Formats: sequence, structure tokens, C-alpha cells
Amino acid sequence: MATTLSTGGGTMGAGAAPGAKSMTLGELGLLITAIAMACLWLLITAKAYTPEYAFHAAILALASVASVFAIVNRYMARPAELPAQEIDGKPNYNMGPVKFCTIAAVFWGIAGFTVGLIIALQLAFPALNFDLPWTSFGRMRPLHTSAVIFAFGGNVLIGTSFYVVQRTCRARLAGDLAPWAVVLGYNLFIVIAGTGYLLGITQSKEYAEPEWYADLLLTIIWVTYFLVFLATIMKRAEPHIYVANWFYLGFIVTIAVLHLGNNVTIPVSIFSAKSYIVWGGVQDAMIQWWYGHNAVGFFLTAGFLGIMYYFIPKRAGRPVYSYRLSIIHFWALIFMYIWAGPHHLHYTALPDWAQTLGMAFSIMLWMPSWGGMINGLMTLSGAWDKLRTDPVLRMLVVSVAFYGMSTFEGPLMSIKAVNSLSHYTDWTIGHVHSGALGWVGYVSFGAIYCLVPWLWNRRELYSMRLVNWHFWISTLGIVFYISSMWVAGILQGLMWRAYTSFGFLEHSFIETVEAMHVFYVVRAFGGGLFLAGALIMAWNIYKTIASPETETSIRTTPALVPAE
Amino acid sequence: MSAAPHDKNMVDAHTGMSTTGHEWDGIRELNTPLPRWWLWMLYATIVWAFGYMIVYPAVPLVASYTTGVFGWSSRGAVTQELAALGEQRAPMVAALSKATLPDIEKNPTLLAFARAQGKAAFGDNCAGCHGAGGGGGKGYPNLVDDEWIWGGTLDDISQTLTYGIRSTDPKARVGNMPAFGADGLLKPTEISLVADYVRSLSSLPLEGKPDLKAGAKVFEENCSACHGAEGKGMQELGAPNLTDQIWLYGSDKATIVEGLHKGRGAVMPHWGDRLDAGTIKALAVYVHTLGGGR
Repeated sequence: MATTLSTGGGTMGAGAAPGAKSMTLGELGLLITAIAMACLWLLITAKAYTPEYAFHAAILALASVASVFAIVNRYMARPAELPAQEIDGKPNYNMGPVKFCTIAAVFWGIAGFTVGLIIALQLAFPALNFDLPWTSFGRMRPLHTSAVIFAFGGNVLIGTSFYVVQRTCRARLAGDLAPWAVVLGYNLFIVIAGTGYLLGITQSKEYAEPEWYADLLLTIIWVTYFLVFLATIMKRAEPHIYVANWFYLGFIVTIAVLHLGNNVTIPVSIFSAKSYIVWGGVQDAMIQWWYGHNAVGFFLTAGFLGIMYYFIPKRAGRPVYSYRLSIIHFWALIFMYIWAGPHHLHYTALPDWAQTLGMAFSIMLWMPSWGGMINGLMTLSGAWDKLRTDPVLRMLVVSVAFYGMSTFEGPLMSIKAVNSLSHYTDWTIGHVHSGALGWVGYVSFGAIYCLVPWLWNRRELYSMRLVNWHFWISTLGIVFYISSMWVAGILQGLMWRAYTSFGFLEHSFIETVEAMHVFYVVRAFGGGLFLAGALIMAWNIYKTIASPETETSIRTTPALVPAE
Repeated sequence: MSAAPHDKNMVDAHTGMSTTGHEWDGIRELNTPLPRWWLWMLYATIVWAFGYMIVYPAVPLVASYTTGVFGWSSRGAVTQELAALGEQRAPMVAALSKATLPDIEKNPTLLAFARAQGKAAFGDNCAGCHGAGGGGGKGYPNLVDDEWIWGGTLDDISQTLTYGIRSTDPKARVGNMPAFGADGLLKPTEISLVADYVRSLSSLPLEGKPDLKAGAKVFEENCSACHGAEGKGMQELGAPNLTDQIWLYGSDKATIVEGLHKGRGAVMPHWGDRLDAGTIKALAVYVHTLGGGR
């Protein structure tokens, strides 16, 4: 059906005679938008209330001017015809944006892990805050979370989704400039968000700290991302949509809804970075954790399950374990995740009935989450021996194991009796990082290790030994990290609730903080190992890309190999 | 490629399972049925969740919500826990409120109770400035030693706790170190002289050969009214003893000069409005027994 659709890039409006070169609608539209944006942001730079906002406006004005030059240059340099959809009957894949995202992911990953290590050390040694506002924990912490979730994770998701949707639809990415607008615009958003935190621009909503103008920028980029992805699926050459694409689409659509719902703010002025959220009190808290929990559910779970569903069967050379399981767990996950947010607000002003709802859905979410784990692990059946020889596959499989562990721990911690011990303690930090380092980190590393030789036409990675080192060093790091946080969190929770025989609290709060010191040191050590692993990866990837290109793409389709 | 792309009957050799017949970029899917244990666990969690929603408050209605079988509520649970705690403490609280401060210290059971209550209250309210162990810091007096600026008897401590020092309470303890330099009461040379003299009072080493006699004269004319002729201090005015080795802000000359220039007058809040009488009693006993009570 959809295969007959035209490019979706806007060429139809140009009405060009063959051979005559003219701008496409997309080029023209984007050019006019960029010029308008450049003027607007220049004006705001001049009239901004604060220097911090003026700095951001200047960055946005510069980016707009750079876009104008880039669009014009590209137009001048390109032939009259846009890149063909197919060459010799094979899809002419558009891998430029994917390459960009892959490199960006490695860069942001290392930046984010480094900031994570710094704030871990700040908790152990508060002098490292240096008594400067820009380097204080309060500003560095959102920098860390946003850098790892949105900058590292986001680039991995956008990059892999653009790769997977093309390969599994056998169709070139829809749009001409649109995919580039998505990846470059998204990274511009990251720069605005990150520099904003350091300068003190925040709307103080966890994982949604950027202010209104950054939110608007992200909204436009995200809608474009959605359209590019959807249009590519619509012009696919395959009769069915592959399961990875369901997950990617679920992630893209839901994140759009969450982002819009949680960021309904009224700016003080177009010349001010400050805005006020329309939600108030416990409603604001509920909307915030509806957003926050589903950012985990759809950004860090559904999106990365999309990665898993492509890269594990591909790397293992085995069919996906169960098609039926993938359908059932997909819909169950999508339906149930969205209700589980209230478990972040147990024992708060949130009405009891809403807390019950959040807990009940969190428990029901256990098996739908594990459906993904089963499908990931069981796909290995017939290829388990490869774990010995292929550290990339091992990384992917261990990520699924961590996924299974943290999606069991999550429902467990949502039970109110458990939550009364775990809430506000470092157990939560441990839980988050078993998911973040183990699941999201490893599945991303695995995907990047697969992608780089495929994208740059290299026979293999520069060194499998280095992948092995990365694997073991960071695994050790994760173990140090999460076990220290479990012990710290449970100890903290028990100290907070310990009463003397007279009926008074046994420990003052500051004593419980002092008791954390040794665990914070161990945690920082674990985080340091994880960062060291990522640096090894960056070196390996650099050497792979710098090595000579193989003549033709070695990317072939593996056959279904019978097990030995 | 081992099979044609759309061969519906393709069977995976390893598992013996058929595939769905679809293929994407070389990836196929097996027709494996849902694992039984997985499905039963899914059903079990759903049944459990619905059961839980019957037992506990769950379903929002128009103006209220279902309250569950036992009428449990988190507010009710907290009230019960607090009541139980109150009941547990009640006999001792009653005894404490009847006893005078010296009586509390003489009765080992009461003392232990007051110290337990005092430690908890100290951690929540005092440790932020005076440190978890009461060791103090720059500008925040050490409560463990036996040097007391405003007095270290039970009554003194209790009064300081209740009304504060230079606080907004009308009965607060008042008494400032004047800003001799900033207000033009002393010239910089005189400040330097008297600072050296003050250091000499507690036998601190002096730089060069300062004129201690001139310093003593400045001291006599400006400082002795509060700190006493010998610099031993005066608790009624909150003027510290300058002859011991204990310094609230620091003993180096620059810090002493700074105090002489700008004056000193840190605030201790009054807790009488915020803590009940029993807690203040417990705190007074706790601080008194930290090590330096008089």
C-alpha cells in the first residue's frame, strides 16, 4: 500500500522540469523558518532580561544563521535531483543522521558519566562543590541526568530508530532535510538544556528542567521526528511492521504526549527565561510523576526494547523467540505503564486511592516487562555458545538480564510496605542505576558496537579484546555501584525508622548522612570504572572508524543457522 | 539466506518451531506460544491487583472514593502510630513534666528518658549549628566543654533554650560586642594594641614587641566593663572569658581585630515557641550532661 507514496520530503511542490534545479518546499520552508528564527533570537538577545537568557538567545540566533548557510550551501552543491529512493532496485539508505547520532551518543555518554562521577564524589566529599553556584550539586545533578538520559540515551534512540526503521522497512528515511533537522535540532536542545542548568535556568521539575523556550524547540523537533519515522514506515517495502518499530513508535508518541502535558507553562515574557507551570500542588506532583515514571517507561524501556528487538536477533543470527509474546507484552506494557506513576508519591498528600492505583498497576506491570526479557534471552537459544566468543552479544544479553532484574525490583519497591523503607533512600538510586547502567547503558553500547562497523563499512571492530575489557571493567563498576547503594539505602531506611525503647528516634538525620560516607566512596569508585569502560569504547570506536574502509559493505543478512 | 523470504512453512531447525513467515532485514520470528508460567503469573498479578483494590481505597467516585474493606487510610494509620508512640511515652513524659530539672538528673530512669528525648530533639533542631555531637564550630559555641558564655547551670541552659540569645523574643538574652572600629570608638592602632594585649591574656605568642602596657590601657578603658578587669568575662552580659584557650571565632590576631572592628553578636533562636516545655527540659538536661554542665 504505502510503497507508492512519494518521498515525503516535499519535492512535489517544486514542479521542476527535469534537469532544472529548484528548491524543494522543504528547503524553502526551512530556510524561511531559519531566517525568521535568526531575526527573532537576535531581537531577544538584545532585549533579554538576564544575561543567561541573552546567552541562550545568542546561541539560538547563531544556530539559526548556521542553518541558513547550511541549507543554502547544500542546495548549491547538490544535483538537481534529490537522492534516489532506490539504486539498482535496492533501497538507498540515508545513514548520515545515524552516523551523527552514533558519534554524538559516545560523546554525550562520556560527558554524562563524567558529570555523574563528579557529583558522586561531591556527595562523598562536599568540598568538591567548590562553593561556586555553577559547580554545585544542585546544578550538576540535572546536568548528569539529562546528559545520560536525553543526550546519550536520546541520541542512541534516534540514531538506532533511524537505522532500524530503514533496514526493516527496506525504505530510505522519509524527508530530505527533516532527518537532519531532527538530529541537529535535538542536539541543539541538549546544549541549551545543559548550559541552562549550569547557569541556573530551570523550571525545577525533575527530568523536565529546561524552560519554556527549550521545551518549544523540543516539541517542534519531536513532532518532526515522529513524522519522519511514521512516513518511513508508511512507505515501507515490507508487508508488515517489525516489532522494533512498534516499540519505537510507542516511545515517540508517548514522549510527545508526556512532554506536552508536563510542560504547560506560561512564560513571564518572551524576553525572560522564567515561566510558571499551570499545574499546582498535588496535581502538579501527580502530573510530574506521570511524566517522570513514563519517561522511564517509554524513553528508557519501550525505546530501548526497540533496540533490543533488532540488535539481539541480528547479532545472534537467530529468530525472535516468540511473535505472540512480543504482541502481548507490547500492548500490556503500553497499557499498564502509563498508570504506574503514583507509586512515586506513596505516603504523600496524593489521595490514597491514587496511590493504590499506582501500586496495583506496577504489580501487574511485572510480567509485561518480563515478556521483553524472555523474548530477548530466549532468542539466544541455539546461539548461547556465541556468548563465549562475542563480547558485543554478551553485552546485549547482560543488558537484558539487568532489565529483568530492575523490572522485578521496580514492582517490588512500588509495594507500599517496601516503599516505606526504600523511599527517599539510596536504594532508589541503586535501582535506577541497575536499570540505567546495566540495561540502558549495555544495550546502547552493544548497539553502538554493532552499528559502527556496519555504518562505516568496516569488516569488524578495531579490537574485540577492548570490548571484552570494556565489558568486564564496567560490569565490575555496576556491581560496586548498585551493591553499595542497596546497602546504603537499606541502612539509611532502617536508621530513619529506628526508635529507642523510650519511643524516640535513635538517630538524628545528620548521623544517617554521616553513615553514608563509605558507601558514597564505593559508589563513586564503581562509577569511575563504568566511565573507564566507556573511554575504552570511545577509543575502540575511533580506531575502527579511522581504519581503512573495506571495499564493499560486509553487511550481509545472516541466515538462520542451525545450532551446533 | 537459507529459505525464501515468505515461506510460511519454514521451520527453525534448532527449535523445531515454525516461523511466522515474515522476514525483516534477515530477522524472522518463531511461532512459539506464550510461556505458560508467564501467562499464569500475569493472570495472578491481575487477580491480586483487583483483590488489593477491593481491600484498600481504590476507585474514585464522583465526590469520594471506595474506602476498601477495612476502611484503611494512610492518615488514619499515621494517627494510630502517633497515638501508640504517645502512649508508650506517656508515663515518662508525665513524670518528666512534674520533676524539676535537678530532680531529673538525680533519677537515673528519668535522666535516661530525658537524654533519649533530648538527643532526638538535639539532632533535629540544634545539630545543624552546634554539630551532631555538640562540638560547635566557628561562631557556634562548643556545648561539650565547661566554658559557658551565658552560664552552664541547668537553669541557665533552659533559659537560653527558651528565650534565645539576641533573638526576637522580648526576654532574649542581650549583650553585644560593640563595633569599636566601624563605629569610630577606637583607632586602628588602638585596636591592634588591644588585640595583642588580649592575646597576651591567654599567653598566646605575640609578633614583634607590642606595647602591652598601651594595650592594657585601651582594654581597661573600653573592654573591662564587660570582660572584667582581668578579662575573665561576665556571664550576665554574655561577655566571654578572654584568658582561657577557648575562642568562639578564632584566636589569631586578624580574627580578634575583625571582632573589635565589626563587633560580634550572633543569634541563638528562641525555642520556647517551637518546642513544648517537656522537650525543652529534656534538651536542657541533654546539653547539661553532654560533658560540661555546671
